Amino acid sequence: MKIAIPVDDKSMETSVSQSFGRTPYYLIYDTESKESVFLDNSAVASQGGAGIKAAQTIVDSKVSALLTPRCGENAADVLKAANIKLYKTVNASIQDNIDALNDGKLSLLEDIHPGFHGHGG
Amino acid sequence: MKIAVLSGKGGTGKTLVSVNLASAAKDAIYIDCDVEEPNGRLFFKPKNIASESVSIKIPFADQKLCVGCRKCIDFCKFNAIAFIINKVIVFDDVCHSCGGCVLFCPEKALTEKDKIIGEVQSGVSENVSVITGILNTGEASGVPLIKKLLNNNLAGKELTFIDCPPGSACIVMESIKDADYCIMVAEPTLFGVHNLNMVYELVKLFKKPHAAVLNKCLEGENPAEDFCREKDIKILGKIPFDSELGTLNSNALISVRENQKYRDMFSSMLQIVAKEVQHETVANS
Repeated sequence: MKIAIPVDDKSMETSVSQSFGRTPYYLIYDTESKESVFLDNSAVASQGGAGIKAAQTIVDSKVSALLTPRCGENAADVLKAANIKLYKTVNASIQDNIDALNDGKLSLLEDIHPGFHGHGG
Repeated sequence: MKIAVLSGKGGTGKTLVSVNLASAAKDAIYIDCDVEEPNGRLFFKPKNIASESVSIKIPFADQKLCVGCRKCIDFCKFNAIAFIINKVIVFDDVCHSCGGCVLFCPEKALTEKDKIIGEVQSGVSENVSVITGILNTGEASGVPLIKKLLNNNLAGKELTFIDCPPGSACIVMESIKDADYCIMVAEPTLFGVHNLNMVYELVKLFKKPHAAVLNKCLEGENPAEDFCREKDIKILGKIPFDSELGTLNSNALISVRENQKYRDMFSSMLQIVAKEVQHETVANS
């Protein structure tokens, strides 16, 4: 299964990013082949609608699941329309979260926030 | 003569000042551009209300015509469009109604549809024509509604008061754009000075003639007054922090219509404004 995780740097040792829409990079990881690819997030400097654009990138990378600490409403709408499952990360470690997913220990992300449009930054 | 009344934050006294100045005039138009929470009408209680809904254009996709070229998605600066499993999804709330996506669509799969975002209500309260913009709850921007309010009502030469939204963002810029004069309302605190400075920078940027009204004034120090002196901003008047005015106002009464003392206070402010605007017109011509 191919999954996506927002990450702070292009390395397996880096941390899971606190933001889905405004993360600098995404890790696209194949849980079977264990292959990893890092994508730039072209939405990071968007004036608005970063979540929508970022979600489009994730949909286009054809993953089945997204592991993220949180996700905004608009991004979640795009991801759900593409039948991508949203899981809530347990900590900042990429490997811990992949292991937890493989062990079936990650729970689905339920609390979708309404976004920070023009606020909090 | 179009006079905009603005302030850096809510609750400073924009509505108090604009409602009372309009009431103190012989005839006036009052336009409430604070479309997210218009409250001038609570004081005026206008009669013979006529309503007109205001809508914006947003793109609508014909999925059968779309070939998935994504030109619209690449064009949209606001990322209001996504393409998921061969389907165009438009995020109405993120769209800024520029119409670019419709122009760029090579398949003519995108057309525009109307989306109602609010309404304009017009009525009369004694000597004042009261025009109110009301934005529907949850709408992202009041700018199209304010455009409509001002385009329809700023054509004549009548004395017009524009009650602005708080702050100094787009909706305020839209509200003061065509004003001849700006009145900044400020509170006598350090926080008040900060907010006054925000709108002061804005009116300077727009090169608008301006002056301040100091509200809630007490005896003793007044940082907003010091700021006005320092920046050489004309003070039109000082409204005292008194319980009589506060009581009238919290009962949604217009103090000018209730008490000669307040009529005199606002009339004298109005006279200074009239003189200032004439002076500006002469100076600019």
